[in-house]
Amino acid sequence: MKIVGLSGSNVGSKTRTAMDYTIKSLKEKYSEIDVTLIDLAEFDVQFSDGRNFMEYEGDTGYVTKTIMEADAIIIGTPIFQASLPATLKNIFDLLPVNAFRDKVVSMLVTAGSAKHYLIPEQQLKPILAYMKAQMVQTYVFIEEADFYRKQITNDDVLFRLDRLVEDTVVLTETYQKVREAKEAEYDF
Amino acid sequence: MDKYGIDPNKGLEFGIYTLGDHLPNPVTGERNSAQQRVNEIIEYAKLADQAGLDFFSVGESHQDYFATQAHTVVLSAIAQATNNIKLGSSSTIISTSDPVRVYEDFATIDLISGGRTEIIAGRASRIGLFDLLGYNVRDYEALFEEKFDLLRKINEEEVVNWSGEYRASLKNAEVLPRPKNGKLPIWRAVGGSPASAIKAGYAGVPMFMAHLGGPVTVFKRTIDAYREAAERGGFNPDELPVATAGFFYAAETSQQALKDMYPHINEGMKKTNGQGFPKQHFAQGIDPHNVMNIGSPQEIIEKILYQHEVYGHQRYIAQIDFGGVPFERLMKNIELIGNEILPAIKEYTAKN
Repeated sequence: MKIVGLSGSNVGSKTRTAMDYTIKSLKEKYSEIDVTLIDLAEFDVQFSDGRNFMEYEGDTGYVTKTIMEADAIIIGTPIFQASLPATLKNIFDLLPVNAFRDKVVSMLVTAGSAKHYLIPEQQLKPILAYMKAQMVQTYVFIEEADFYRKQITNDDVLFRLDRLVEDTVVLTETYQKVREAKEAEYDF
Repeated sequence: MDKYGIDPNKGLEFGIYTLGDHLPNPVTGERNSAQQRVNEIIEYAKLADQAGLDFFSVGESHQDYFATQAHTVVLSAIAQATNNIKLGSSSTIISTSDPVRVYEDFATIDLISGGRTEIIAGRASRIGLFDLLGYNVRDYEALFEEKFDLLRKINEEEVVNWSGEYRASLKNAEVLPRPKNGKLPIWRAVGGSPASAIKAGYAGVPMFMAHLGGPVTVFKRTIDAYREAAERGGFNPDELPVATAGFFYAAETSQQALKDMYPHINEGMKKTNGQGFPKQHFAQGIDPHNVMNIGSPQEIIEKILYQHEVYGHQRYIAQIDFGGVPFERLMKNIELIGNEILPAIKEYTAKN
């Protein structure tokens, strides 16, 4: 199983801090899983120009191809201006319409205000559904107050991230089994 | 239709197209040499000709896993090796070529073939060729529209005066040789969506519509949009041919056809497109109302007749060889088409 962690912003450190913890938890519990963390702040990704994802070069090509090869993707994102950061939306724009078919996607979200709680529900999930993702429905919403100097200080957040990791792996395994069983039934 | 060499009284035309893909056979993991692939395409065209099919075309793609980048060269070999079958491209990427050279090539193939040649011009689904051939992908649409217009002008006028943005002007230019009958049928290649079908219709250009899977009725919208646009553009849609093109595979049973074909489509698309073909969608391909012509010969006959009833199109073009399908299977399919499918289709669609 291949899981990609996608830290979706060029700004700030909270999302990356939460992603680092999540990836650490994933690696500790499931050493057999092939895990890659892509922090968009570390890559020079161009804007989508409509070409097939395989045709991008350099960092953009690395990011699109790595995501497309994953069985599951854990997206970490902040909320900017009551919406997704442009960097994350650009990743969706770089990929084909059915990019997440047969992939599981789960989400963690960092935000400066609890008023943003429904933004992933209303703005991120519809995109993932359109792109055919199997979603872990419950996302982890983390507020400013849960961090102190690049550490998560709220145990509840840590427990929820651990459960997010587990749910991502369980749904990926389950979905793969269901799909394999159904495909075997087709007998071709 | 006469203008395009099509006689609807003779019934629906049946053709074969290849993209010229050069992919490994996923069952064995082995890929033939480019030499073998190109020669098999020529052989495939000969068999189609002998089986009495109406049309055979070869595509141009400048990327990994393709072998007919120089598709006009392959077509000229086919022109010499065949006798009756009409020949075309599927498609010629006019955006990144000089229309003068394209016309010279196809007019020459037309002379070699004795007047059997057509051009199908497309925009490319990939953009690698823009870099390779020295064009800017940001001009994707403008390049196509300008060059396609010029290509059609060269076809219509023996002495051309033209100026545009992407090519040097032509002053009293004679583009030679002229094809056998003075003009070539020139089609516009259209993906499944109505947007470029409307452009084809509005310009009064025959439409070659390629499709993957899905319900027959979805593509009817594209064909309707094409014909409505033609009417708005001042053309009579009854005089404009429509061709449909998509996956085809015949075997004894539909289950066997799915089994034989699926790995080639799925693995081939993974390599050329980056994503496979979902099994669930492919399984629906045998439904009588699905546009993919996969099944037993009898089921395929019924599918094509249903499509003809819905679309009222003039030509159906089958893609059988995608993804490293072994040559014996192509031979078997042509045999089934020639012996069973084609005679039935002609019988039901010809007007006599």
